[in-house]
Amino acid sequence: MPGSTQGFDLNDKIESTYSPRQMALRRFMANKAAVVSCFILGALTLFVVLAPFTARYGVNEAVQVPPNSFLTPRAQAWLGTDDIGRDLYSRLIYGVRVSLLIGLASGLISVTLGALVGAVAGFRGGKFDDIMMRVTDLFLAFPFLVSLLVVRNVLGALTWLRPITGDMSSVRFIIFLFGIFGWMGVARIVRGQVLSLKEREFVEAARAVGASRRYIIIRHLLPNSVGPIMVALTFSIVGAIIGESTLAFFGYGPQAGDGATSLGILVGTAKGAVLTGFWWLAVFPCMALTVIALSINFIGDALRDATDPRLDRGAK
Amino acid sequence: MFRYIFRRAAWSVPTLMLVTFMVYIALRIGTNPVESYKRINPRATKEKIQEYIDINGLDPNYVKGYFTWLKNFLTGNWPRSIKGSREVWPALKDAMANTLRLGTVASVVGIFFGLITGVFAALKPGGRRDIFFTTSAFVGISVPPFISAILLQLLFAVYWQRWFGSSLFPTSGVYPAGHVGFNLFLMLKFMALPTIVVAIQIVAIYSRYMRSSLIEVLNSDYMRTARSKGISERRILFNHGMRNALIPLVTIAALDFGSIVGGLIITENIFSYPGMGLYFLKSFGEGDFPLLMPWMVVIVSSVLAFNLLADIAYAWLDPRIRLE
Repeated sequence: MPGSTQGFDLNDKIESTYSPRQMALRRFMANKAAVVSCFILGALTLFVVLAPFTARYGVNEAVQVPPNSFLTPRAQAWLGTDDIGRDLYSRLIYGVRVSLLIGLASGLISVTLGALVGAVAGFRGGKFDDIMMRVTDLFLAFPFLVSLLVVRNVLGALTWLRPITGDMSSVRFIIFLFGIFGWMGVARIVRGQVLSLKEREFVEAARAVGASRRYIIIRHLLPNSVGPIMVALTFSIVGAIIGESTLAFFGYGPQAGDGATSLGILVGTAKGAVLTGFWWLAVFPCMALTVIALSINFIGDALRDATDPRLDRGAK
Repeated sequence: MFRYIFRRAAWSVPTLMLVTFMVYIALRIGTNPVESYKRINPRATKEKIQEYIDINGLDPNYVKGYFTWLKNFLTGNWPRSIKGSREVWPALKDAMANTLRLGTVASVVGIFFGLITGVFAALKPGGRRDIFFTTSAFVGISVPPFISAILLQLLFAVYWQRWFGSSLFPTSGVYPAGHVGFNLFLMLKFMALPTIVVAIQIVAIYSRYMRSSLIEVLNSDYMRTARSKGISERRILFNHGMRNALIPLVTIAALDFGSIVGGLIITENIFSYPGMGLYFLKSFGEGDFPLLMPWMVVIVSSVLAFNLLADIAYAWLDPRIRLE
């Protein structure tokens, strides 16, 4: 990453007096792009959490009495209005709020699932591991959107899941969909980490004093995989946010039933606005999505560089 | 070597069966073909519905139904589409041809520029050029394809028309409406925007891979040996560096097939390009089981074939790999 290689070669001697965690933090802070991304994302989060104060209109509120549709950006509506006269700026704030929630919630679900499955598969090895990894490989080799749509429909058709996942057009369903969808990538990363960790002396020592498998996984393997797990978390968050907007773009996302919105819904309406030339409806939601995706990816990349102790500084 | 290839190829047949079976079940649960048939043909008689169930292998028993479907599929007894109006094979064939054309052009363009930018970036890691290329590649990966598609459409089609009188590139289809016959220039013009959208992703991916792979090779011991023997820098780069750096890329190329197809699906939909992606989204939306299953078979077999190809190419290119 740009900037990641500068700044700490001089500090090599000093670094050795810090704990690994502090070293990782220093390496992370040396990555300018990631630090800037942290600030942007933090500011954005604060901004959308305080939506009642930062938004100028309600999510479903028209800017003025008609005619009010497709107004260009102006003092009254900073980013213009949509087809029924709602303020795009306010809707963007509500949309980003929902999208961040989707990303965070489903990211946490998939990381929890993935870390457990990956740790168990990597630690036990054997048949379970083989089958797990075969299935994962095949699934990841499949075109993303195809498997996503098929899994979505299957999940929606299982009526006994309805109490947990909610209706197919709800935000809750999307969260569960990406939670269930995203664990595979995480499992692969964690498994790789556990495979190398389990050969280390401290695991052998734990086994020698009679620690159970579960104890070793929870006390030794998972805490030592925190770095890769954090990286996986950022990737599944960004995957869920982009996935949601892709789904919504094709009309399979959450529905704007009670006036709720999301980045996906906003980007989806942009599709119709392009050919008629309402550029603000396309450009601003796309920009918001791009900024979010880029910042999270920058942070994830820096985290990977920072937490990998074998980091080859020339190569990254 | 041949035994290895043969064994791997032989394994892919049961894998294909298993995966299509899983896809079959997923589609049965997910799209509910019989209900979709009733919804689309509300006036269908009982006999018609039964006929649809029989020929598509939609028996309530999944295993039995799957084998009925498999038998019909293998003997070429393909059912017509859900409305009964379309033959599946001609539609699938056209879609495949269109997608193959778009995918090949985009891959060639994308891989070419991806490798070049990757090499340039790797020659001086940390330099200004490197930072420029890696940052752009990073942005290219982070931005989902539909965003670049929307923005390109807005710029080259809509606003170009407002500013200069006529749009630079058309936004949908393969040919203008009513066009008959073959016209290379028109075809390329219609393909330009979708190709750019797909190629952006490919350039970004390959540039990153090429860079890290080449840097690793350039830092290795045998490169130092080659240099100390006095071989020219150009020969070192092309004969030693590129050759070894490309080995891991071959595997990645084959394994990335899925993501390229994924990008194609999204792109085709936005540009109304009548390929596999549009075919899939349309038939999936209608729950058109007779159209969907052959599509899935094509995709699953391509994924498996590319996986196989990756393994073989890897074993063939890198003599250090043992085949056991």
